[in-house]
Parts: sequence; C-alpha cells; structure tokens
Amino acid sequence: MSDTHAQTVAYVRETMLPQQAAPTGQSGVIKWLRENLFSGWVNTLLTLAGLYVAYSFVMHFYPWFAHGVWDANSLKECRAIITDRYGAGATGACWAMIHERWHQFLFGFYPSELYWRPVLTFALLFVAVGPLMFQWVPKKVVWFTLVFPFLAVWLLWGGSVWAPLLVLAGFVLGWIVFSFVGKFGPIAGFSAGAIVTILYFLLAVGPLIDLFHSIIPLGIEHVDSAKFGGFLLAITLGVGGIAMSLPAGIILALGRQSDMPLVKGLSIIFIEFIRGVPLITLLFVASLLLNYFLPPGTNFDIILRVMILVTMFAAAYIAEVIRGGLAALPRGQYEAADALGLDYWKAQRLVILPQALKISIPGIVSTFIGMFKDTTLVVFVGLFDPLKGIPDFIRADFNWKGIYWEPFVFVGAIFFILNFAMSRYSMHLENRLQRDNH
Amino acid sequence: MTTAPDAPEHQGFRLSQLIYDTRYRSMTIQIVVLFLVMGFVGWLVDNTIQNLNALGKDFNYSFLGQRAGYDIGNALIPYNNDMTHGRALLVGLLNTLWVSFLGCIAATVLGVIIGVLRLSKNWLVARMMTIYVEVFRNIPVLLWILVALALLTEVAPSPNQYKVNAATGEAKTSMLFESVAFTNRYTAIPSIHFDRSLGSLDTALAPISLNFLAIVLVLLASWFVTKAVNKNATKVQAATGVRPTTWWQNALIWLLPVAIVVTVLGINPEEPVLKGFNFTKGTNVSNAFVALWAGLSLYTAAFIAEIVRAGIMAVSKGQSEAAFALGLRPSRTMRLVILPQALRVIIPPLISQFLNLTKNSSLAIAVGYLDLRGTLGGITLNQTGRELEAITLMMLIYLVISLLISGGMNIFNNRVKLKER
Repeated sequence: MSDTHAQTVAYVRETMLPQQAAPTGQSGVIKWLRENLFSGWVNTLLTLAGLYVAYSFVMHFYPWFAHGVWDANSLKECRAIITDRYGAGATGACWAMIHERWHQFLFGFYPSELYWRPVLTFALLFVAVGPLMFQWVPKKVVWFTLVFPFLAVWLLWGGSVWAPLLVLAGFVLGWIVFSFVGKFGPIAGFSAGAIVTILYFLLAVGPLIDLFHSIIPLGIEHVDSAKFGGFLLAITLGVGGIAMSLPAGIILALGRQSDMPLVKGLSIIFIEFIRGVPLITLLFVASLLLNYFLPPGTNFDIILRVMILVTMFAAAYIAEVIRGGLAALPRGQYEAADALGLDYWKAQRLVILPQALKISIPGIVSTFIGMFKDTTLVVFVGLFDPLKGIPDFIRADFNWKGIYWEPFVFVGAIFFILNFAMSRYSMHLENRLQRDNH
Repeated sequence: MTTAPDAPEHQGFRLSQLIYDTRYRSMTIQIVVLFLVMGFVGWLVDNTIQNLNALGKDFNYSFLGQRAGYDIGNALIPYNNDMTHGRALLVGLLNTLWVSFLGCIAATVLGVIIGVLRLSKNWLVARMMTIYVEVFRNIPVLLWILVALALLTEVAPSPNQYKVNAATGEAKTSMLFESVAFTNRYTAIPSIHFDRSLGSLDTALAPISLNFLAIVLVLLASWFVTKAVNKNATKVQAATGVRPTTWWQNALIWLLPVAIVVTVLGINPEEPVLKGFNFTKGTNVSNAFVALWAGLSLYTAAFIAEIVRAGIMAVSKGQSEAAFALGLRPSRTMRLVILPQALRVIIPPLISQFLNLTKNSSLAIAVGYLDLRGTLGGITLNQTGRELEAITLMMLIYLVISLLISGGMNIFNNRVKLKER
C-alpha cells in the first residue's frame, strides 16, 4: 500500500499530528450546557422559564425556612421573635410547634412512658419483613415473620400475654389438625382445620385467656385504641391492612380466575363492588353500619372495624394486581403443571403463584403506598390521623391557633420520605427480578 | 411390558365421588360455597332486621320525598331548602360529577404537559417535572386539598383589598388577567353573558338556556360536516392518489357558523366588578370548590404525567425511524404512527385515573363542599337518621358511576385492541 502511495501521491504526511484539544464549545461544561439547556430557541425559552420558576420558588420559601423559630411557646411568641430578629413583615416558620408536639404527630395520645413499645414494634417490623424484602437475610427469620403479627398486637395494645399466645395457639391447633387430617385428602384436611380453628375461636379462646390469666397474671399495661393517633395509627392501619389483605387478595384473584362459575361470579362481584366505591363510604360503613350487620349488642373497637374495611378495600385492589400477574404467565406454565400431575393447589403453590407473585410485587408495593396515603381518611370517622386529626387538635389549643403551614410541611415530608423510599425499593426489586429471569 | 389393566367395572355412583372425582368435585365445592355465602348473607340480614327492630326503625326510602330544609351553597340546578331530600341528592350528585369532570380536564391537560416535558431533552425542565411528579404522587391527596384551601382562606386577600384607592388610583391587590380575583371568601371569575337571549327551555330537572343549546347544536353540525368533508377527501385520495387540501374548508366549517351564532346572540364575558364589600357580576365560585378541584387536579396530574410518559416511551424507536424512512414528516409521524400506538397504552390507565379522581372527589368532606357524600351521606343522613338507607344508596350511586366509566373503557379497549389472528 505505502509503496503505491509513495509513487502516486505527491505528498503524504508520514508523522502523526499531535492531538489537539476539542474546541471550547464542544467540550466540558459549555458543551453540556449547549446540548442540555440551550440547544435551540424553544429549549432556551424553557430553560429560562424553569430558572425563573425555581428562582421565585426559592426566593419565596427560603426566608420562611431560614427564619424558622424552634424555641417558643405559642404562635404569637414565634411571630414576635421573627419580627424582633428580621424586622416587621418578615415571614418565618414556627417550628416550635413541631418541637413541642412532635410526639403527638408520631404517637397520638399514646402514654409517653410507653413510647418504647411502638418504637420496638416498628423496629421488629423490619426484622419481620427482612426475609421477604432482602435476599441476604437468613430464611429462618420467616418463623419470626409468622409470629410477628401477634407480638405486634400485644406490644401495641398491651394486656395479658396470654391473649396473643392463645390466639397463636388456635392457629397452630388448626395447622396440626390440617396436617393430620390432610393425609386423607387436602379438602378434608382444610375443612377440618378450619372448623376446629373457628370453633376454638368462638368457644374456647375467651374463657381460656381468663383462666390462664387468673393462674399466671402476666402482662403489660393495656393501651386503649382511642389513644392511638398520628403516624402510629397510619402505619398500624397500613401494615395491618396490607398483611391481612395479601392472603385475601390471593384467594380472590384465584377465585376470579377459577373455572367454577359461582366462585368466579362471587369474586367478581366482591372485587368490582369494593373498587367501585370510594374508601370514605367504606369507612362510614365501618363506623355507622357495621353495628347493624352484627348481632345486637356487639360493639367492638373502632380501629379493628376500620381495619376490617381497609383490609377488604386493599384485598380487592391486590386481587386485581395479582390477577394481572396470573394473566401474564404463559399458558405453558399451567399446562406443564398439569402434565406433571399436580393437583390444583399444588400447581398453584409450587408453579403458578411463585411466578405470578414475583411479577406482581411492584403492583403490590404501589397498592401499599396508595393505602398508606389513604389511611389519612380515617379522620372522617373520628380517628386522629397525622394529616388533619392531629393538626386540628393542636390548633384547638389557643397557643397554636392559626398554624397551618408547619404541620403541612412536617407531615408531608414524612409521608414523602416513607412513600418515596418504598417506591424506590419497588423499582430496585423490579430490576433485580428482571435480572433473575435472564 | 405390562398389559393395561382391564377397565374398572362400572360400580355405579358412590358418594365419595363427590369429593374425589374431578367431574363432580367442582359441583360439590360450588354448592358448599353457595350454602356458606347464603348462610352468611342470611345471618347479616337477620342481624340487620333484629337491630332495626330494636331501634324501632324500618327500611324505606320515603325520606327522599320529605322536605330537606337545608341550603346548598353551590347548586347547579335550582334548589332551595323547601325542596325534597331527593332533590338535594340530585344537586349533590351533579356537584360530584361537575367537580370530577372539571378535575379530569385540568388533570389531563396538566398531566400531558408535565409528562411530555419530563421527556424533554432540556435537563433542567425534565428534572423539575420529575420533582413535581414525585412530590405530588407520594403525599396524600388530602394534604393537597387542605393546602389549597388554606392558601385560599389564609393567604388570599379579602374582597375589599381589590378596591381601587381613589387618591392613588391603585388597589392593594390586583386581579389576575384583570378578570379573576382570589379572595378569602370566594373566587370571582367572569361569567358568560348574552345580549340577546333565546329564552330557556324548562325541563323537570332544570331550565336549559337555549343560547347554549344553539351553540352546541351548531358545533355538532360542524362536526358532522367536517367528517363528511374528510371522508370525501379520503375517497378522492383513494381514487386519484392525491389528497385534496381540506384544512381551510375544515377551519371555515368549524369557525364561521359558530362565529355567526355567537355574534347574533351578542356574547360577551361579564367581568367581576367590586361593589361595596363584594364582587358583583361575574360568578363567585366557593373556595371549597376551587380547593377541591385544584387539589384533585394537581394530584391526579402527577399520575397522568407518568402514564403519558410511559405511553410515549412504549412506542419503540424503530417505529418513528420506519416512518421517517417512508418519508413521512415529523408531524405526520407523530399523528399517524406514534400517537395511535401510544394512545392504546395510555387510554386504559388514564380512564382508571379518571375513576380514581371521581372517587377521590368524595374528599369534599374535608373542605365542606356539598357533593353526593355531603348531601345524601352527610346532612340528609344526620337529619333523618337513616344511616342504612342513605349509605347503601350512596354506595350504589358511586358504584353505578364507576361501572359506567369502566364499561365505556371496555368498549373503547375492544375497539382499539390489536387484532391478532
């Protein structure tokens, strides 16, 4: 090649030119700015508009944040301090209210010497969900996850230690009967287990708790539901609702996919009815109508009533999410399970559900976020949610009359942090599960 | 090789087949389920009857015919407190539908803008839109409604702040675009006024202004005519391969008749004017309505933005490249190739957001706007003490609204579904 070059081309450079730096407009910050902010007149206009919005936003709110007062006893005092420091007309946040009342936002009216109980419950919650959320947690922790609901109820509401133990015993009893009778057939086992458990709860558990408690009175101080409030209430309702609605949602989703017209029809009616009405109306059912539907004289805890309705609500939504997961599975998976000779429940448990649930996890997480946000609606049936119930209570105090923005910012920030963390986790999970598939 | 065993002798029907034979098992299960459900429902009904008896109540809806005796601030149809609870229910229902309808429109417009801007190549704007979406989505809608209400009642000036000082010729606060005034009692907006009125048509429900009816009819007629024009153009294109230019015909058909009707009727906006301590003329919209509408729209817009973004991103890049390769211009690529495919992804979740917004409009309770829950499930319920009837009827109405919307969605889905094999 080079020979022909030498013969045919008059002049060919034989040494490489030293490498030159790119023109200033084509490198570094300037290039980035030109490409991302000023690449055309539309873009430039957008950038300028964006800058203006951001600027006015910051100029409006920064002084308010920066002038914040943390030490005062009333809104009036706050304003006096701000005027004193920054001159008349200066705006400033009165964080002193948060400083004084943060515990009510977090725990409601829970006795302050018992705060360790909800805090411990919250910490244990992370241990309990560990094996479900993270791969590195040892699988044996699942046993703790199974025990946790009983432990949590006991820690939050207190009372005799025998109540959660004997309720747990009821489930264990049901399981033992199921596995014993189950040898004669899964349906027989399931019915026997269910009947024994229900009978135990209807007849035996109350007297047994009294009996054991009179023999060995062991327990912690009882806390009434009326004392629950703030984020404690929101998280209790949210976590309790989702934990109970997951199994219910799975059953409903399977029911809706079932070949049996009656089961399918009932599932569809339930799901569409619940999804068709606003949560508020269901909460009114909990507070006003449940007393009509239950035997005369029954009157039980409002939190439990609300939790039942919230569970029904979430179950319908989760059923739809899981149905999406079931529908996304290729037909071959069902056929393969049939070909292996697995019966319906074995096929669901070993082949179908593990895959369908995996696909549905992001949807389940976003249902949970939605439900956690919706727990604020319980204020309309007289409970103290952190968003309206507690601030209204605080504003009823003469010292804090007229304080609006600080509680909004504080509660909004906590909701944002919790929900944002959950949605990021769900995205992370999506990526991880996607990798697993390939 | 073993020989196949002989077919089992026919033994007749055994009871155990009900459980172990798959032919009969599903029947057994269904009958058991039916009995359980019937037993459960019977138990509930029995309890309810007993409880009603104990309270000395019955179950009937005759209260809907009784005098309501309460006022509703923002009724869309004529209403006063001498009318019946049934009429109040209707007013509430219309309020629910009205705030939902306006909310859906605002949320869609805002959501599309935000979703598209979030995909923009402009780094700053894309980031700002991401922040908007994340902030609004992760905080309960109740907070946004309360914030909007607090802004209007705590920050907005009182109406007399808009008063022009005779000495300086200036007011303490000026109106937005000279026509909208936010005050701590209401929001004053312009109303539409006709110089010449065709009168109104009295129906049992509400009087309908014939002027509006005329405009709607003219627009409908224009729509049909443009459709015919376009159809004809397609026909010509199919025959000759050249599509006649129709845009100016279409524009003319849309604008001219309506312009004539509007000029004949003498339409003009009536701006709110401060008189004494209050705005007269124009329309004063209650702050409860504005707060509810703004909160719902801002919140739902964040979700719609995500749906729009996902829809646009779902159309693979090859589609637009293929369209360019065919020589289509960018605008046509968007209209003929990208949008039809993106809309198929966007519309179903969009409708379900509309549904959510409609259901969330029951948060009117937080601001005191009298919607269906405020009238039937609120004041009527408290006055008559008929919880059972009022709440079941209210749930039924919400259910019907939801089923209608989702039924419409299913029809649409079937129409745009990819026709496979």
